[in-house]
Amino acid sequence: MESLLNQVPIGLSIGAVLLLIALGLTFTFGQMGVINMAHGEFIMAGAYTAYMLQGWAGGQAVLVALPVAFLIAGALGWILERTAIRHFYGRPLDTLLLTWGVSLVLQQAARDLFGAPNVQVDAPSWLTGRIEVAGANLPYSRLFILGLAIACVVGISVYMNRSRQGRRMRAVMQNRELAAVSGVATGRVDQFTFFLGSGLAGVAGVALTLIGPVGPSLGTYYIVDAFLVVVAGGLGQLKGAVIAALALGMLNSFTEFWTDASLAKVIVFAAIIAFLQFRPQGMFVLRSRALT
Amino acid sequence: MTGTEPLLRVTGLEAAYGRARVLFGVDVTVGPGELLCVMGRNGVGKTTLLNAVMGVLPPTGGTVVFDGEDVTGVPTHERVRRGMGYVPQGHETFPQLTVAENLQVTLEASRHRDKGAIDEALEIFPRLKEFLGRRAGFLSGGQQQQLAIARALVTRPRMLILDEPTEGIQPSIVQEIEAAIERLHKENGLAVLLVEQYLELALRLADGFVIIEGGAVQRAGTAEDLHDEEVKRLLAV
Repeated sequence: MESLLNQVPIGLSIGAVLLLIALGLTFTFGQMGVINMAHGEFIMAGAYTAYMLQGWAGGQAVLVALPVAFLIAGALGWILERTAIRHFYGRPLDTLLLTWGVSLVLQQAARDLFGAPNVQVDAPSWLTGRIEVAGANLPYSRLFILGLAIACVVGISVYMNRSRQGRRMRAVMQNRELAAVSGVATGRVDQFTFFLGSGLAGVAGVALTLIGPVGPSLGTYYIVDAFLVVVAGGLGQLKGAVIAALALGMLNSFTEFWTDASLAKVIVFAAIIAFLQFRPQGMFVLRSRALT
Repeated sequence: MTGTEPLLRVTGLEAAYGRARVLFGVDVTVGPGELLCVMGRNGVGKTTLLNAVMGVLPPTGGTVVFDGEDVTGVPTHERVRRGMGYVPQGHETFPQLTVAENLQVTLEASRHRDKGAIDEALEIFPRLKEFLGRRAGFLSGGQQQQLAIARALVTRPRMLILDEPTEGIQPSIVQEIEAAIERLHKENGLAVLLVEQYLELALRLADGFVIIEGGAVQRAGTAEDLHDEEVKRLLAV
């Protein structure tokens, strides 16, 4: 029973990481219709940022890495959008292949730079403890990840709903052509959206260093689940992404506890497929009265 | 009516969807303060013409000159900032934004950024004032169309480009929209390029008209010519 309860913080923290990854995807997928397979490598870039900063920041690397990884991953995403993706708008299949290729190149680049074996990032000493609540172990690191995700979601939500740039992003997401004929420079909004979404993946990468080792293919483990979150939650929907991410994280960790890792994946996929049979549009959809 | 220089001069405009050509060299001229009505049956290329004029659909040939400047290669959003206010077909809004946000996002993208522009637009469509906090997607079609025109007005356009503004709108609001267009044109002296299928409205408001058929201008003239039998034949369905 105790070990079963221990799955809760594991599930929640995995869900929190998935949420950070999915937030970026839901922007780029929802706003631009781009299926960015290289998104996972921005996670990896974020994780290696923390690893690189260890030499300089020592035990506090994870903390220092959060803003740095956001900027580095964001810049990578921005460069990808500027140099490649923008030439392929409206061609989803080509974009998919293109970004998959970029993903492979980035993985190999990481292998060349950091070596194929996994590396370890040491958590700050103040994150190594744990507290016990109702018989369950709550490691500080997992709580930290949860807090980080909450802070990001609240921040993004306020930003999207209150700021000028956020309003612009929502306008483009909801009606790109109308945004253009309203005077909004949609191309510039796309650039920023890509930067923001990729930056969040970098933050997720830093969070992942608290959970396990860092390797060149780190992103590939999470990218598929993150896409599932986006699809199950409903496109461009913050609320849906939050619920879907936490549900998927919990489902993952519990099925893994009762079975094993690969069977758990099968069960989770089957559950998602079943869910989409009933709600192909995801949990939430943009509702409107199109015609009256 | 006609100044020395027309506000909008479209010359030899050609446009296509993929390999399907729709416009075969359209010439249209709108003077300052003029209301030009673009008429024609369904599917002759009226909407395509407006989209090509706005750069939403990049033309394959011809030029668009606005206010003496060639804007043919200028991005759509920049054309809007230069004073071309466009209200596309089908009462389009940002459905998940509130009415106020719909107007605000447009104001923030405009060149002048003067908050007074929102009040001016709401003055034209006072009905919208009670819905400011409501999401645009939950308005009725007629209210959405009023919002769509108000949104274009917020940019303080020098010319209003309207694509069948009363199509599929409940009759009570059609009158309000027509009155608003009339007021903007007659009192504020706003130039208007109006795509309209109904002869009655054109007869009442237009200074001039062009009739499009088969992707080219078949007939052009002044309001008086609209009574012509030949014109009625071209518009008959």
